[in-house]
Amino acid sequence: MKDIAAKVLGGDSRSIARLITLAENGSVEAASAMKEIHHSTGNAYVIGITGVMGSGKSTLIYELTREYRKKGLKVGIIAIDPTSPFSGGALLGDRIRMMELAVDNGVFIRSLGTRGMLGGLASAVYDVVEILDASGKDIILVETVGVGQAEVDVIKIADTTLVVLVPGLGDSIQTIKAGIMEIADIYIVNKADRNGVEQAVAEIESLIDISSVGKDRKTPVLTTIAKQKKGITELINEIDNHKNYLKKTKKFDLKRRNRYEAELVEIIRKRLMNFIFDESTFKEKVESLIDKISKKEVDPYTAADEILGKILK
Amino acid sequence: MEQKIRVLVAKPGLDGHDRGAKIVARALRDAGMEVVYTGLHQTAEMIVETAIQEDVNVIGLSLLSGAHMTLFMDVTKLLKEKGLDDVLVIGGGIIPEEDIPKLKKVGVSGVFGPGTHCDDIVDFIRKNVKK
Amino acid sequence: MYDKKKLDNIKKNKEEWNKDCYAKHVATHAERKKDFKNLSSLDIKNIYAPDDISHLDYEKNIGFPGIYPFLRGIHPTMYRGRLWTMRQFSGFGSAEETNQRYKYLLEHGETGLSVAFDYPTLYGYDTDHKLSRGEFGKCGVAISSLKDMEILFSGIPIDKVTTSMTINGPAAIVWAFYVANAENRGISKNDIGGTIQNDILKEYIAQKSFIFPPEPSMRLIVDTFEYGYKEVPRWNTISISGYHIREAGSTAVQELAFTLGDGVEYVKWAIKRGLKIDDFAPRLSFFFNAHNDFFEEIAKYRAARRIWAQELKKLGAKKDRSLLMRFHTQTAGCTLTAQQPEINIARVTMQALSAVLGGTQSLHTNSMDEALALPSAKAARIALRTQQIIAEESGVTNTVDPLGGSYYIEWLTDRMVEETYKYFDKVEKLGGVIPAIEKGFFQREIAESAYRYQKEIDEKERFMVGVNKYQMDEPVEIPILKMDEKGEERQINRLKNLRKNRNNSKVNRNLENLRKAAEGDKNLMPFILECVHSYATLGETCDILREVFGEYTEPAIY
Repeated sequence: MKDIAAKVLGGDSRSIARLITLAENGSVEAASAMKEIHHSTGNAYVIGITGVMGSGKSTLIYELTREYRKKGLKVGIIAIDPTSPFSGGALLGDRIRMMELAVDNGVFIRSLGTRGMLGGLASAVYDVVEILDASGKDIILVETVGVGQAEVDVIKIADTTLVVLVPGLGDSIQTIKAGIMEIADIYIVNKADRNGVEQAVAEIESLIDISSVGKDRKTPVLTTIAKQKKGITELINEIDNHKNYLKKTKKFDLKRRNRYEAELVEIIRKRLMNFIFDESTFKEKVESLIDKISKKEVDPYTAADEILGKILK
Repeated sequence: MEQKIRVLVAKPGLDGHDRGAKIVARALRDAGMEVVYTGLHQTAEMIVETAIQEDVNVIGLSLLSGAHMTLFMDVTKLLKEKGLDDVLVIGGGIIPEEDIPKLKKVGVSGVFGPGTHCDDIVDFIRKNVKK
Repeated sequence: MYDKKKLDNIKKNKEEWNKDCYAKHVATHAERKKDFKNLSSLDIKNIYAPDDISHLDYEKNIGFPGIYPFLRGIHPTMYRGRLWTMRQFSGFGSAEETNQRYKYLLEHGETGLSVAFDYPTLYGYDTDHKLSRGEFGKCGVAISSLKDMEILFSGIPIDKVTTSMTINGPAAIVWAFYVANAENRGISKNDIGGTIQNDILKEYIAQKSFIFPPEPSMRLIVDTFEYGYKEVPRWNTISISGYHIREAGSTAVQELAFTLGDGVEYVKWAIKRGLKIDDFAPRLSFFFNAHNDFFEEIAKYRAARRIWAQELKKLGAKKDRSLLMRFHTQTAGCTLTAQQPEINIARVTMQALSAVLGGTQSLHTNSMDEALALPSAKAARIALRTQQIIAEESGVTNTVDPLGGSYYIEWLTDRMVEETYKYFDKVEKLGGVIPAIEKGFFQREIAESAYRYQKEIDEKERFMVGVNKYQMDEPVEIPILKMDEKGEERQINRLKNLRKNRNNSKVNRNLENLRKAAEGDKNLMPFILECVHSYATLGETCDILREVFGEYTEPAIY
C-alpha cells in the first residue's frame, strides 16, 4: 500500500481516515503502511487530557485547538469513548462540542471506541498518533475516556498530561491518593466560576506539596473557564513550559522511548492474541482447552504452557 | 480481525427534534456499531467532512422540519463530488411518501419514517453496507 | 377524610374481596397482563376504594374550585361560565398564506389564534440567511420583520382576539413585532392580549431552539416580565412548557416535575431582579401535553394546579391571581401515526377529552396528518370540530371537575404530587435547575424514558394500533398540504425592498443603542421596540444579541 502511505504523508484526509480504520481493524495493509510512515513521525507534540465526565474536557480541547490554529499550527484530535462490553458498539459523541472545527482543514478529528482496552485509551491510539504525526500535525490532543482512578494509560502516550477537575467534586480529591491524581503534568480546575474553586485548588496544591518533595518540578495548578475562553493562553504557556522542561532535563527522549515501548508491546500483544484466538491453526485446540478447564480436566496454567509451548517452538 | 460498522448520525439544518436520532444512535450501538453523533445544526460541509475523517460506512440523516429535499440532497451531492460513493446514506423523520422515490433517486438508499422498528434499520444497514 | 370505623370496615371488606371474589375469578380468568403500569411506570391496582384516599384532607389537599389550592379548578364556574379557548396552532409558508388560514379557522369557530413559526424565525435568522436554506416556511410561517407581522394579521381584529406565539430564543423581538403592529394600527398596548412562549429552560432540556446561553436568556425573559406587567397588562409573557419535554420522550411525572421546576426557577430569577411576585406572577402561564394515558393526564393537570399554588405561596405570593395556574394544552403529536392516519382523529379525541376533564383554559387539537406533513385545511377543521363536539355534545362541561372524588383519580393526583417533590429534591441536590441542565440531568432522564418507550414498542410490550398491531398495507389516501412555491422568492424580495426603502441610518443607530443596552443591565424591551419600529429585521436584531451574549452549544447526552 505504497499509495496510501504517500497520501497520508501528503496530508490527504481521506487516506488518513482510511489508514486509521485499517490500523484499528488490525489489517495487513495497515502494517505495511505504518512501516512506511514511521520515519516521518516524531514532530508532533502529544497532549493527553483526562478528567471526570462533566469537567469540560471537550470544550477545553475546542478552545485549545482554536488558539493553536491562530498560531498557524495544525492540530489532530483523538476523542476516545467507551465501547460497550455487551454489544461491542460505542456512542462516540465528543465531536458535538467541536463541530465548528470540522470544516477547518488544519484540524483532523477522529473518534475511537476503546474496543475492550482498559486504562482509558484505545488499542489503536498509538497508530493514530503516528498517522496524524506523519500527516503533518504539529499538536495532537488525546481526550481519554474520563472517570476513575484506573484510567491512567494516557501517560504512556502523552508528552504532557493534563488532568481536568471541577469545583464541587470536592471530597473526591482528598480520597484520590493514587491513580489519576498522580499522573498530571498540569492540573486544571475548569468551570472556575463555580463555588468551591479556591478549596479545590488548595486541596490539589496540598497534594502536590507532599508529592513534590525532592522533585525538580512542581506541578502547576491552573484555573480556567473554558466556555468563556478564560485561562487558555495561560494553559498553552504552561504546556510550553513543560515541553521546555522536558527537553532541558532530557526527560523528553525518555518519555518518547517509553511511548515506543508501549506501542511495541501493544502491537505484539494484539498480534499474539489474534494469532492464538482468531487466526491460528490451533484456534480450535485453544477452544477445546478452555472447555477442558471448565470441566476441571486441566488447569489454566497447564493450558497456557501448552499454547505458549506451541508458539515458542 | 475486528471490523465494526461505523455510522454517522447527523441532524442537518435547523431542526431541533433529536429524540429519534438519539434513540436510533443508541439502538445501533446496541447492535454493535460505532456511532458518531454530530448533534444539531449541521451543514452539508460539516457532515461530509466528518464522514471523511471518521471513515464511516453509513450516514443517517434525521429531519422533521420538512426541509429534507433540499438538505438531504445537499449532502448526497457533496458526497458524490468528494468521491465518497461507497457510503450508504439513509434518512428518517417526517418525510411524505411521495418524496421517498425522489430521495432514492438522489442517493438516499432507505427512508425510515415514524413507526419504524429499530431492528429494521439495523438489518437494512447490515444488508446494504459496503465493506 | 372518612369516618374511621366505617373506613376500617371498608378496608377489611376490600381485603376479603381481593382474597375471595377477585382471586377466585382470576384463578380461572387470568388478567391480560402480569402487571398494569401507566406511562410513568406506576403500578395501577385492580380497584381503588375509599381507603386509598383516606389520608387526604378534602379541604387542604383537594378543596373547592376557585380557591386555594385550586386543585379542582381555578374558577368557581369553569366551563359553566366560559368554555376553554379553542386555539389551533398553525402557520406555514409566507405571511399571506398563514393569514388566509387564520381567517379560515376563525370563520369555523376557533376562538384564539396561535402562531407557528418556521425554523429560521425560531432561531432568529432572516429568510435570506445562509442557514435558512431549504427551511423557509416548512414548519411554520416565516416572519423576518415588522412588515411580515403586518401582513400576518391584516384584516384580523387583534383587539378582540388573543394571539399565542410559539417563539423562544427571539421571543422578545417577535413580541415587539406584534406590539409595534398593534400600535401602528392605533390599538393601545392595554387592549392587546396573548402569550409568548418565551420559555428558554425547556429549550435547553427538550426543544433545542435556544440561541444564547442561560444567564443572558434569563435576563431577557425577566425583562419581558417587567415590561409586560407594566406596559402590556393583558399579555402572558411566558408559557412555561411541559409539552415539548413530553414530546422528547419524558413520562407524565417528569413532564409535571420538570415544568413546574422551571416555573419556580423563573419566579426566583424575577424576584432576584427585584420584581414583586404579585406583580408578575398573574401573567405566568403554562403549557401541557395531553398524552395517551387518559386518567394519568387528568391527574397530572390537577396535581399541577395544587403544586403551583403551594410553591408560589412559599415564595410569598398573596394574590389568588398569582397562585392559580392557567394553562394551555396540546394533544400529543408524538402519539400520532403515519400509518392509517384517519385513526389519529380517535386518538386526538381521547386526549382532548382528558385535557377538558383536567380543566384546561385553552386547547389545541392535532390534525390527523401530523405525522405526514403540516395540516391540510380539512384536517385542521376536523381537529377543531373535535373540540366543538366535546364542548357542545358530551355534557362534560355541566359540572366543575367531574372526576373529583373518584378514588382512582384522587389517589393518582396525590401520587403524582409526591413523585414531583422527589424530583424537586433531586434537582435541589444537583445545585438547582441551571446546574442540573449543565450536568445533563433532565436530558438524560428524558433520553432514558424515550429509549425505554421505544424498546417497549419494538418488543411488543406496548402497542400502537396500526404500527405494531392491526397493521395494514393500504396506501395513505389523504390530501397533503401543498404550499405556495413562490412564497420564498416573494419573501426574499420583500426583505430586499425593506432594507432598501427604510431609513438605514436610523436602523443602525437603534441597533447600536440595543447593543450598548445589552452590554449593560437596562430592560431591553424599549430598545428592541425602537429597532423593530424602524424596520430592523429579526436577523439583524438577533445578531446584535448574539454578538453580546454569545451562542450556546449543548453537550452530548443520550
